[in-house]
Amino acid sequence: MAERTYIEAITECLRQELRRDQRVFLLGEDIGGFGGAFKATKGLQEEFGPWRVIDMPLSETAILGSATGAALMGLRPVAEMQFADFVSCAYDHLVTVAAKQHFRVGDAIPIVVRLPSGGGFSGGPFHSQNPESTFAHIPGLKVVCPSTPVDAKGLLAAAIADPNPVLFFEHKHLYRSIREEVPEERYTIPLGQARIRRAGDDVTVVTWGAMTWTAAEAAVTLEAEGTSVEIIDLRTLQPWDREAVLTSVRKTSRLLVLHEDTRTAGFGAEIAATVAELAFEQLDAPIRRLAAPDTPVPFSPPLEKAFIPQADDVVRALQDLAAY
Amino acid sequence: MPTTAAIDVVMPQMGVSVTEGTVTRWFKQVGELVAADETLLEISTDKVDTEVPSPGAGVLTQILVQEGETVEVGTLLAVIGGEGAGAAAAPAAPAAPAAAPVAQAAPAAPAPAAPAAPAAASADDDDADSDTDDSGRTFVSPVVARIAAEHRIDVSNIPGTGRGGRVTKKDILGYVEALIATAGSRSAMAAAPAAPAAPAPAPAAAAPAAAAAAPTPAAKAPAAPVAAGEPLPGETFEPMTAMRRLVSEHMRRSVDTSAHVTAGFEIDMSKVVAIRAKLKKEYETQHGVNLTYLAFVARATCEALKDWPWMNGELRGDKIVSRSYVNLGIAVALDGGKGLIVPNIKHAEEKNLLGIARGIKDLADRARTKKLLPDDVSGGTFTITNPGGWGAFVGTPIINQPQLGILDMEAMVKRPWVVQDEHGNDVVGIRPIMNLCISFDHRVIDGAYAHQFVKQIKDSLLSWDESAY
Repeated sequence: MAERTYIEAITECLRQELRRDQRVFLLGEDIGGFGGAFKATKGLQEEFGPWRVIDMPLSETAILGSATGAALMGLRPVAEMQFADFVSCAYDHLVTVAAKQHFRVGDAIPIVVRLPSGGGFSGGPFHSQNPESTFAHIPGLKVVCPSTPVDAKGLLAAAIADPNPVLFFEHKHLYRSIREEVPEERYTIPLGQARIRRAGDDVTVVTWGAMTWTAAEAAVTLEAEGTSVEIIDLRTLQPWDREAVLTSVRKTSRLLVLHEDTRTAGFGAEIAATVAELAFEQLDAPIRRLAAPDTPVPFSPPLEKAFIPQADDVVRALQDLAAY
Repeated sequence: MPTTAAIDVVMPQMGVSVTEGTVTRWFKQVGELVAADETLLEISTDKVDTEVPSPGAGVLTQILVQEGETVEVGTLLAVIGGEGAGAAAAPAAPAAPAAAPVAQAAPAAPAPAAPAAPAAASADDDDADSDTDDSGRTFVSPVVARIAAEHRIDVSNIPGTGRGGRVTKKDILGYVEALIATAGSRSAMAAAPAAPAAPAPAPAAAAPAAAAAAPTPAAKAPAAPVAAGEPLPGETFEPMTAMRRLVSEHMRRSVDTSAHVTAGFEIDMSKVVAIRAKLKKEYETQHGVNLTYLAFVARATCEALKDWPWMNGELRGDKIVSRSYVNLGIAVALDGGKGLIVPNIKHAEEKNLLGIARGIKDLADRARTKKLLPDDVSGGTFTITNPGGWGAFVGTPIINQPQLGILDMEAMVKRPWVVQDEHGNDVVGIRPIMNLCISFDHRVIDGAYAHQFVKQIKDSLLSWDESAY
C-alpha cells in the first residue's frame, strides 16, 4: 500500500494496464510530453513511446472516431477528453456508432473515455459540467463515477477490461484533494456495485462522485443532531446498483438523491422513479432530490457556490426529510 | 393526484413557543373561490391574533375546524381545491416562484386547462424546500399504511411525531413493539398459563407508548400493594403465583375500566333438557363428545351476538368496535383457586351445536393437560362463565377486558313454575329452571340493549329448534 491522490491512482492504473496488455494504448490532446491538461498521463509517453501514448489533433471527433476504429480492430484504446464538456463533439461516434455496434452486428467496442468533470473552480459553463446522465441514458454505454483513489484505480482497471464503451468520469475537484492508501498491485472493482460510504438508520442519501464527500460532511452534522445518515456511493451509474439502494430504503424509508449535475432529467430522477416503483410501500416521506439548478454552470465564484449543492444545503434537505 | 391536488390550510406556527391556536373567524365559506394570499381566516393564539392568508388559489372545499375551536399547530384547518372543487375554479394560477427564470422559460406552458393551483409547484428549482407546503396534513405514508395493515392497527390511535403530528414509521414501529411487549401480559391477564413467560407486568414503566394510547388498555398497574410485613399470630403467608397476580390485576383493572351492570333472567330449560336427553347418547357414541347445557347456551349466544353486535365488541379509544366473527371465551377455573383461564373457540359463529360441543371439549381437554396455546387465550370477543354446578342462583361476573359483556350460567334446579295446560289454564308445574346473568359495560351498552340480547338467548332455549341448530 502506498498513499496516492485520486489522480495518482489513475496514472498508476494506466501505467499498469499499458505494461500488462499490449493492446492498451492512450490517445488524447497533449497527453504525451505535456502529460495531459491535468497531468494524468505524465511520464507515460516516455515509458511507452509515442505509438502507445498518442498526441491527437484538437478534435474530439477524431479521437473517438480513431478509438472506435481501433477497438473494432481488437485494440483497447483509452481516450482522454481534456474536459468532459468537450465530449459533445464526439457524440456521434460514441452514441451512434460505439454504443450500437454490438447490438447491430455483434462486435465488441472496448473503449474507455476518461472525462475530467465537475465544477468548483470558476471554470464556467464549458469546463465544469457533469454530463453523466446524458450518457447513462444511452443503451450500450457504461458510466462510471468514482469518488476515491481506491475506487478510481480499481474501477478504471475494470473499465479497461470491459468489452463495452465505458465513460469514466473523473471529478477534477477530487484529483488532488483526496489522498488515501491504495494497493500498489493491480486490482479491479466490478462495475455496477455501489458502496455503503457510511452506514446509518434514519435517512438514506444516494449520490456519487464529489458529492459523496459533501454528503459525508453533512452527515456529521446530522449525526450530532441525532439523525443517523446512510450514504450510498453508487460508483457506477450504468449499470447501477438498484438492490443496494432498495435495501437501504427498506431500512430508512427516507431517501435523498444528491447530484452535482442539473436537476431536470438528471440521473437522480431515475433513482427516485425506481424507488417509487419498487419500494413505494417502504416510503415514509416523499423522495427528495438535491441537485444543481437547471442552468449552465456560472463563472462567478459566489454564484457557482450557490449553484453546486454545498454541505449546508444537504444538511437542510436532510433535516427537512428527517422531520417529515 | 396532480390535477386534483388539494391545498391544505394548517394552523400556522405563530412563534417558537406557541403550540396551539383558536380559529376566531372564517372569511370564506365552503364552496367559495379564494385567491392566493387572500385573507382566509383569523386566528388567535396566546401571543398574537392574526389573519391567515390563503396558501393557494381554488375553491374552499372543506372547513375542518370551526370558529371557536382551539387546535394544535399543524392541524389541518381547511382544504382548498382537490376532490369536489368544481371546474369553475380556474383562476390565475398563483405566480410561479421567481427562481430560475431562464431555465424554466423554455417549455411551452402546459395546457392551461389544468384546474387551479398546484401546477406552479413544479417550477421549483434545486432547493426542494419549496415543496413542503402541505406539511401538517394527517397523512399516512405508504410504509406506515403497510405496517398498519399488517398489524391491523388504527393509525389514528398512535401519537405522531412527524410534521404536523404525522405518524412516522418509527412511531408505528415503536407502537407495535410496545403492543407486542404488552401482548404477553395482556393475553395472560385474560388467561395466564398459556403465556408462560408472561412478564409479571412490570409496573407501568414498560411500554409507555402503548399505555398512553388505546387499544390495549395496557397494564396501568395498580399502586404497588402495601408490604405484607410478618404474619400475625394465627396467620400464614403464601406467595402469590404469577398467574394469581395477573388475574388479580386484571380483575381490578376491569372493575376500574368498565361500568358494570348485571341483570338476571330465569329460563325454563325443559325443552333443552329433553333434546339433550335424546341426543346425548348419539353424541357420545358417534362423536365422542359430551353434550352439555353449556353447548346449548353457547350456541344460542352466538346467534344472539349476530343481532346484538356491541355485546361482541370492544371500546377502543373513542371507537366502538364491532366484529364479523365471534371468538367465544369459556371461563375455566383451575383447581385449588390457582387461577382462571379463558380460552376461546375461534369463529364460534360458524359452528353448529356439535361443533360448539366439540370446541368446548377440546378446550377443556387441553386446559386440563396444559396444552393450550397463546392463540387459544387471546382474541376472545365475548365470554361465558359456568359456575352453576355449585348451586348459585345469581352471580355478578366481572367482564374479561377488553370485552363488553359476560354471560353467567347459574345452577339448574327444579322449581314450581306457572305454566299453561292444554286448555290455556295456568297451572303449577315442575320445571328445570336455570338463571342466566349478564354483566355488561354500561359505557357502551344500555340496559335495553343487553336485556334484549339475553331475551333472544332465552327465546332460543325455550323453543329450541333442532333443525336450526
